[in-house]
Amino acid sequence: METIILFAPLVGAIIGGFGWRIIGEKGAMILTTGLLFLAAFLSWIVFLGFDGETQQIHIMRWIESGTLSTDWAIRLDRLTATMLIVVTTVSSLVHLYSFGYMDNDPQWKEGESYKPRFFAYLSFFTFAMLMLVTADNLVQMFFGWEGVGVASYLLIGFYYRKPSANAAAIKAFVVNRVGDFGFALGIFGLFFLVDSIRLEDVFAAGPMLADTTLHFLWTDWNAANLLCFLLFVGAMGKSAQLFLHTWLPDAMEGPTPVSALIHAATMVTAGVFLVCRMSPIMEYAPAATTFIVIIGASTAFFAATVGLVQNDIKRVIAYSTCSQLGYMFVAAGVGVYSAAMFHLLTHAFFKASLFLCAGSVIHAMHHEQDMRNYGGLRKKIPYTYWAMMIGTLAITGVGIPLTTIGFAGFLSKDAIIESAFGAHSAAGNYAFWMLVIAAGMTSFYSWRLMFMTFFGEARGDKHTHDHAHESPMTMLIPLGVLSIGAVFAGMVWYGSFFGDHDQVNEFYGAPTHEVAMAEGGHGEDATDTSHGEATTETADHGTAATTESHDETATADTGHGDDALADAGHAMATAPVGAVFTHPDNHVMDNAHHAPNWVKVSPFIAMVLGLGLAYLFYIVNPSLPRRLAESQRPAYLFLLNKWYFDEAYDFLFVRSAKALGRFLWKRGDGNIIDGTLNGVAMGIIPFFTRLAGRAQSGYLFHYAFAMVIGIVILVTWMTISGGAE
Amino acid sequence: MISSDISTVLPEIVLAVFAMGALMFAVYTGKDKTAPMILWLTAMVLAGIGIWVAISGNGSRVAFGGAFVDDAFSRYAKVIILLSASAILLMSQDYMTKRGLMLFEFPILVALAVVGMMMMVSAGDLMALYMGLELQSLSLYVVAALRRDSVKSTEAGLKYFVLGALSSGLLLYGASLTYGFAGTTLFSGIITTVEAGHVPLGMLFGLVFIAAGLAFKVSAAPFHMWTPDVYEGSPTPVTAFFATAPKIAAMGLFARVLYDAFGNAVADWSQILAFLSVASMFLGAVAAIGQRNIKRLMAYSSIAHMGFALMGLASGTVFGVQAMLVYMAIYVTMNIGTFAFILSMEKDGQPVTDIDSLNMYSKHDPLRAVAMMVLLFSLAGVPPLVGFFGKYYVLLAAVQAGMSWLAIAGVVASVIGAFYYLRIVYFMYFGEEGDMLDKAKSPILWGFLMASAAIMVVGVVNLFGIEGFAAAAAETLVR
Amino acid sequence: MTLTAFAFYVFAITVVTSGLFVVVSKNPVHSVLWLILSFLSSAGLFVLLGAEFVAMLLVIVYVGAVAVLFLFVVMMLDVDFAELKAEMAKYVPLALLIGVVLLMQLGMVLGTWTSSEAAMDLRGAVAPAIEGTHNTAALGRLIYDDYIYLFQAAGLILLVAMIGAIVLTLRHRPNIKRQNVMAQMHRDPAKAMELKDMKPGQGL
Repeated sequence: METIILFAPLVGAIIGGFGWRIIGEKGAMILTTGLLFLAAFLSWIVFLGFDGETQQIHIMRWIESGTLSTDWAIRLDRLTATMLIVVTTVSSLVHLYSFGYMDNDPQWKEGESYKPRFFAYLSFFTFAMLMLVTADNLVQMFFGWEGVGVASYLLIGFYYRKPSANAAAIKAFVVNRVGDFGFALGIFGLFFLVDSIRLEDVFAAGPMLADTTLHFLWTDWNAANLLCFLLFVGAMGKSAQLFLHTWLPDAMEGPTPVSALIHAATMVTAGVFLVCRMSPIMEYAPAATTFIVIIGASTAFFAATVGLVQNDIKRVIAYSTCSQLGYMFVAAGVGVYSAAMFHLLTHAFFKASLFLCAGSVIHAMHHEQDMRNYGGLRKKIPYTYWAMMIGTLAITGVGIPLTTIGFAGFLSKDAIIESAFGAHSAAGNYAFWMLVIAAGMTSFYSWRLMFMTFFGEARGDKHTHDHAHESPMTMLIPLGVLSIGAVFAGMVWYGSFFGDHDQVNEFYGAPTHEVAMAEGGHGEDATDTSHGEATTETADHGTAATTESHDETATADTGHGDDALADAGHAMATAPVGAVFTHPDNHVMDNAHHAPNWVKVSPFIAMVLGLGLAYLFYIVNPSLPRRLAESQRPAYLFLLNKWYFDEAYDFLFVRSAKALGRFLWKRGDGNIIDGTLNGVAMGIIPFFTRLAGRAQSGYLFHYAFAMVIGIVILVTWMTISGGAE
Repeated sequence: MISSDISTVLPEIVLAVFAMGALMFAVYTGKDKTAPMILWLTAMVLAGIGIWVAISGNGSRVAFGGAFVDDAFSRYAKVIILLSASAILLMSQDYMTKRGLMLFEFPILVALAVVGMMMMVSAGDLMALYMGLELQSLSLYVVAALRRDSVKSTEAGLKYFVLGALSSGLLLYGASLTYGFAGTTLFSGIITTVEAGHVPLGMLFGLVFIAAGLAFKVSAAPFHMWTPDVYEGSPTPVTAFFATAPKIAAMGLFARVLYDAFGNAVADWSQILAFLSVASMFLGAVAAIGQRNIKRLMAYSSIAHMGFALMGLASGTVFGVQAMLVYMAIYVTMNIGTFAFILSMEKDGQPVTDIDSLNMYSKHDPLRAVAMMVLLFSLAGVPPLVGFFGKYYVLLAAVQAGMSWLAIAGVVASVIGAFYYLRIVYFMYFGEEGDMLDKAKSPILWGFLMASAAIMVVGVVNLFGIEGFAAAAAETLVR
Repeated sequence: MTLTAFAFYVFAITVVTSGLFVVVSKNPVHSVLWLILSFLSSAGLFVLLGAEFVAMLLVIVYVGAVAVLFLFVVMMLDVDFAELKAEMAKYVPLALLIGVVLLMQLGMVLGTWTSSEAAMDLRGAVAPAIEGTHNTAALGRLIYDDYIYLFQAAGLILLVAMIGAIVLTLRHRPNIKRQNVMAQMHRDPAKAMELKDMKPGQGL
């Protein structure tokens, strides 16, 4: 079944991409979409029927060279299962959506065939992404990693007649290359130290790495920290974190379904997935995880500020994505991987929904993307309006505080903010405040988008507004499905992802981390203590007490618990069992559960503030934003120009690289290499040729003379060298 | 005693007797009218003796007190000499007839030259060496000047003769020094008097002078000066002959002297040969670039190729000799094909040798152009053609013998040399439109050209097993 | 100094000196004459070595035939040696330098000359015992017995030389009067001529 999930998109991509002339455009589109829906359906079966135990499904041998042995296998655990449903669900919906969206695209001339190519790219992307998430070893993961990079490049540059699209595609590719370099170095380093790139072996080596020092770049490093840092650099590139984020807003040049699929729901979350996947060694790398927290929090804050002032509807959502990814990294960085995955899941629903709604709006407005030309569209496109409203409610985190009732974003975002607080570290506190502020700003720009688009007076081209129309069913159905997810995903899986410890551990198929200690004696006589009680008992954050309670809860389950114990006892010698691993000293999740109420309420307050402010700015007094922008012009420009990152990079890297390239081209290649070759080929050798020609004078005595000289040379040489012996 | 001696040299005797018989026959009958018949007959006899030598002998035998050696090495060289001489004779008939050069002496002189070559590669004595060498050389001097009413041809013959005399003088001087030291002219005697690593200066000088004399015969730089003029001036079939059989004989003789007589001074002569090799490769590559005449170009080409063959010899190992032998066999095959092409180059019934005349030859006769292209690529050593493997083996031999610098020099020289081969290809395929050559008619030339080109391609598979023979030959020589 | 030694030095010095003059003399005819002198002196050296037969051969064949032939050839050829020499004169300094280098090195060889220990034995091994064997007989045995192979090869070389000479020089020119001996000999006087009686003082 897993194999079918993995290969259905590939089959679709190949047949659709190469065989559409035979099966027709329509056939190719239906085939790819149908196969994706099949994959999505099977994924849900796998996800719901999954018992938490890690499985490996061997497909074929791939690379064997020396001690490097790379099999092509599917590693099926909770992380993979979660990613499977995210990827296949969003992808299949996006396929369906593209039926409507890509119809009569004005970028293409009449009669040009572009749709099969688009669908093939989408399917190929899905295959590569599945490769990434199902990887059983780092090389396979890297293959998928690069595959999605290629697909992303192709899809961003899909409108290849637009120079800006080509530039954006190249930018995405090049910036990702920086990150991939780090990732590749990390893989090399792991292979160097562990002598294997199988995830099993790498995970088992976590404690070993923590005790190893590595000499790299003239300095001694802790191996675990260094390697985790390098892996995170790869994640930064893919997930558009600060300093490597510049490509994501530009990637909006691609068609909107692409933005929804790749640049919101799936590919950009690969970085988060990687960090969670590598949790068994991340847990041993405190410095690296601190770095992750800081980068994540900073990105969340930075992207939110930029999102405040953007006018392009897709760019607002792009910065929002960037910001939300920062949230996920904070969660992963503080060690609550399940919360990161939780937000990844919910975010996939509501962000894809938002993007697709934006696409629907753009479609309705004849490919107009500037929000300043929108307004009053609520009546024109009601379904889109409601879907977008749900998405906005989800992303801004609307729900009933202190309960687990609310939209998807409410639960997952609060879980992250609480986790950041629960880290009880300087970085954690920094992250907490940053995230709360970012939550406020998220609320502001999301509502700003809503208000500017759907409320108020119709602005911009009159003709466009008159002809604004609701999208076809193929586009509305995906919106509906995703809206359902945006509403309920949080509530349904809150327990599994961020509930009490048992639930989460069972969900991830991991034994509670105290099993090793529990073996000593707690094993059999452990009482069946519910975690809920433990929570209340340890409300005072007593660390020792918490540990103890966990000792007891460790083997609390009957039946399955015993099995898990047996398995765990066996497996701990090799690799930690389960999809994510939490260090025995890691109590962040519990701390998060026991965060004070003001902490739990703070994001909600921030959200309400943002909403109020947006209402004030864009409904009550629409002239306020302009006045504010004029009075605070430097700050406004600073934000509008995205903190001048592009300009700085242009100055620092692009120009200097171009200058270096020009130097090497003109001087190095042109003068030195070409010059040398030309000099030898057109100067020196012809000179000797002429010399040889002149020596060949035709005079006998010249010839004889040459022979005598030859003899003298040889004789002299022999006298000097050979005769001496 | 004498009967076993005679049975050992029987192929040579048969050939010499045939040559004398044919001479008598022609003189007393139709003279030059019998020439085509004698030519064909000679070619058949040469080929027949070649096959006979190939299948008859095994093991090593000596005759006439050691002056004549019959072993795998000499047989290998003799077979190639005989077969290539036979092929060249067949190819020459058309040309010679058209130019009025169809003298009955021509095939007879070739046959006698071949006898000399066979004596050379079988020489076991300095005197036998010299006799074989002079028999061969004298015949070649005459055939070089065969076109006696052409100034160029007579000049070629005369230059060759005078310089050849000089080289013979050098060789004899070296032989005298060697005899002075060793007290014998037998190779088997000389080798016993030389202690490894302790070669007196007089002996060393003898070695140098002998090497110089032989280097002249293989036209290795700086003793090559005669080659371009003689190649250009001689009638083309004679040039073709010069480029093939005598080169094998001289190279074989070179190897035989060095190993049989001076086998204990490998370190000394390998330096000499390395010098000759580098000088030849570079001179051949560089000087040929300036040539517009394809015969002169082939002269420099053969100088460069001799440089590569000498590289194999210079490495001083069994594998080196094997590489040299394989290289020579490949070289001869390529040259036969190339000269088959050159012989068919005619414009208005007159032979032309200017490479400009090949402009757009591919349109004119695509098949021959392709065959020629294959041969030129092979001569340049472009993989995967057979010519590449020849170069590869000698380079490998040099590297294995710890003479990487020599191998690197060889690679550089072959890169330079590729230029002028490829230029001909350029002319044939991308040149300017110009006057076309006549349509080539001779089926014999066509056959040799195609066969040679086909060998260059098909031989890649296993080089027709020639490596095995070369290995056996090298084994017997180096011991 | 014995007489033999004295004779040796006289002959040897003559050989070297005349050899030098062969090369340097301006008139080619003089060169050939110097060559004849060096042959004669060499013959003297052979006599001293006890090889009378070779000495006589040298005098008869080389001096009597070959050198005289040379002389005729040189006299008949119209080569301006002076001009050739002028052309070559440009290179004399360089040639001298190289010659000196070569000479010095050969001098070194002479200075450090050694023969192999086995050389004398090997040298003697091929020659027949000196006692009791006639000079000519010993030579005959070597040439026709031991070195028959080389002797025959030499014969082939001479054959080639002969063929070469004929091929390169013999021309069958048409329209040239040639002497046909047979025709001459078989000519019948009766048919060829008519005898007439003539009276003195009268015309025919």
